[in-house]
Amino acid sequence: MDLTVLILLGSGLFLGWSLGANDAANVFGTAVGTRMVRFGTAAAVCSVFVILGAVVSGAGAAHTLSKLGSIDAIAGSFMAALAAAITVYGMTRSGLPVSTSQAIVGAIIGWNLFSNSVTDTQVLLKIMFTWMACPILAGLIAVILFKLVRWILNKANLHLLRLDAYTRLALIGAGAFGAYSLGANNIANVMGVFVPVSPFTDFALTEQFTLTSVQQLFLLGSIAIAVGVFTYSKRVMLTVGNELMPMSPVTAWVVVVAHSIVLFLFSSQGLEHALAEAGLPTIPLVPVSSSQAVIGAVIGLGLLRGGRNIRWGLLVQIGTGWVITPFLAAAMCFVGLFFLQNVFDQQVHKSLRFELTPRVVERMSEQGVPKAAYADLVGRSYESSGALLDAMTKGMPLTGKQTRTAIDHARIQHTEITEIKLSRYDFSRLSEVQRIALQKLAGQQYQYAWELAEALSALSPQWRRLPTIALNRRFNKRLDEDLAYLIQTFESR
Amino acid sequence: MRFSLNPKKLTLFNKTRVLEQQIDEFFDKVSELGLVFSSALEVYLTDGANDEFDAFLQQAASIEGKGDTLRRTIEVELYAQTLIPDLRGDVLRLLEDMDHLMNVYEGNLFRISIQQPDVPEEFHSGYLELTRTVVTCVESVVLAARSFFRDINAVRDHNAKVIFYETEADKKGTRLQRAIFASDLSLDRKMHLRYFVERIDELANSAEDVADTLAIYAIKRRI
Repeated sequence: MDLTVLILLGSGLFLGWSLGANDAANVFGTAVGTRMVRFGTAAAVCSVFVILGAVVSGAGAAHTLSKLGSIDAIAGSFMAALAAAITVYGMTRSGLPVSTSQAIVGAIIGWNLFSNSVTDTQVLLKIMFTWMACPILAGLIAVILFKLVRWILNKANLHLLRLDAYTRLALIGAGAFGAYSLGANNIANVMGVFVPVSPFTDFALTEQFTLTSVQQLFLLGSIAIAVGVFTYSKRVMLTVGNELMPMSPVTAWVVVVAHSIVLFLFSSQGLEHALAEAGLPTIPLVPVSSSQAVIGAVIGLGLLRGGRNIRWGLLVQIGTGWVITPFLAAAMCFVGLFFLQNVFDQQVHKSLRFELTPRVVERMSEQGVPKAAYADLVGRSYESSGALLDAMTKGMPLTGKQTRTAIDHARIQHTEITEIKLSRYDFSRLSEVQRIALQKLAGQQYQYAWELAEALSALSPQWRRLPTIALNRRFNKRLDEDLAYLIQTFESR
Repeated sequence: MRFSLNPKKLTLFNKTRVLEQQIDEFFDKVSELGLVFSSALEVYLTDGANDEFDAFLQQAASIEGKGDTLRRTIEVELYAQTLIPDLRGDVLRLLEDMDHLMNVYEGNLFRISIQQPDVPEEFHSGYLELTRTVVTCVESVVLAARSFFRDINAVRDHNAKVIFYETEADKKGTRLQRAIFASDLSLDRKMHLRYFVERIDELANSAEDVADTLAIYAIKRRI
């Protein structure tokens, strides 16, 4: 691996380390703070499950972050992760509780602003909505869980010592579950920005089991989280466990479980699919903040007791921190990128071209983008998605979906399906029918990514997107990933 | 928490179970000592400090000694295994308070054995009644303490009984003291007899103190 790549990845690892130091405290803080679980035990269990969660089911939320802004140069990813990490670290040092996901979202927006890329407002709103929903949901779950637990314990009449032993075991179990969810949900924050520029290649451990490049990236990130847990989280754990609100071990357990459930709800692809299959509304898969979930759960329990125990002043301080974090990270990323590009002469984003050829225009019109927006722009080209959008919205305002369609269609991405690249292509993810369709395109060249997708879908229904409903999301998501990999592999210029 | 791979010790909560038994056993000792105390007093009032009384005295000392050993073992285990970290202090104090009740029982018997108060027959029933009330009062606090571990909602019920019996003991103690001081006995004897009324009544007062703190512990123990 290139040494520069390793150095650049370092910022992601730094972010992972600070996530381990801070957010892991949310998982085991109450257990360690109430002295129910020893720090060593907590750190060991936490590390193992963070790694498992990240590698096994970390892909779900990463996808949403990639959609928010596709940072396409590793130096850009470096700055985004570094800006987020510094923000997280700095805020912690100044005593403000942090949210890593907010920092990274802020950093991505900073990159979008710098590279004049369009920020997908729909995705951004979805993420911001969950920032509100996450603490409220955690609070509600905590209250319900607390009432249920209290009812059960009243019925069960357990001996104090037996209850203590069960709670201890339950805290470790809940912590493990929480760490798994933390890994699955937050690894996207640590390594998500590096996904489009991953330096790794797929690696077959056995015939059946392959560690994909993304999984290797996530493994590395989760090890950084584990190091953060061992080296720096003890003090934070004790603070979280003692300072938020006086808590009994059982309450501590309720908080951890409520927090874990929320993190799991926002990161489980399996749950999303199961809900969709049952015809129920699905929960958006976005990286949520574990600090927000924990604080939501604690506030929920505090309110249940009449709110007298809650330190409202501290809550206002926490809320202020949540508002400041994304802005700070965005500003820091923007300034950092400026220096990286102009002082260190690094490419922080690819030079893109958007061109509105008659074919593109026709295709966009078919996809429902009103012609009035670009009738005068045919034949022109633009250097960034922001410039394209500015030109188009002069004519008339566009919806979020229309904006996305326009950007996706106008972006020039030359691809050439060469025999050499085909012979090296990893077909393991593709079905037989998909493979045959791809091989039929040997020798073909395309100017736009959508042309390649269209050519493939004409050859096989398995390369065709299904209607956009929740039940088809998993298939479409996989198809998008396959196409993205395809384009990355066969990109010619 | 230590997990043993030895099949014989594979029960995950083995140590917890042993400790639960030890706590129960400790409370058994307090109850047992109450019974020994009232029997010993009955023997003393009818036959004086005879061999039977001495046997009860020895039994009381032995029970108190075993109680002490159990309490120490429990305390060490609670700390060594870092059990119930949030309530450990409360449990330790509860055990010490219960141990204090045992000490008062034992101490009273020793005082009787050493000082051998001369109790006129007319006051026997008064002393016996006071003793029964006081022992019932302590027994109620033992039940309250057991409930603290097993059935938190019952603590309140038992505490109410403790308060009731303590008031009863006060009334009986006062009545007995009035009767003593209204008699023709010399002042020194009156004061000697009053001393033992107060010593016996102290058991009920201590039991009530335990009940009061137990009520606070019970609120803390509710999750």
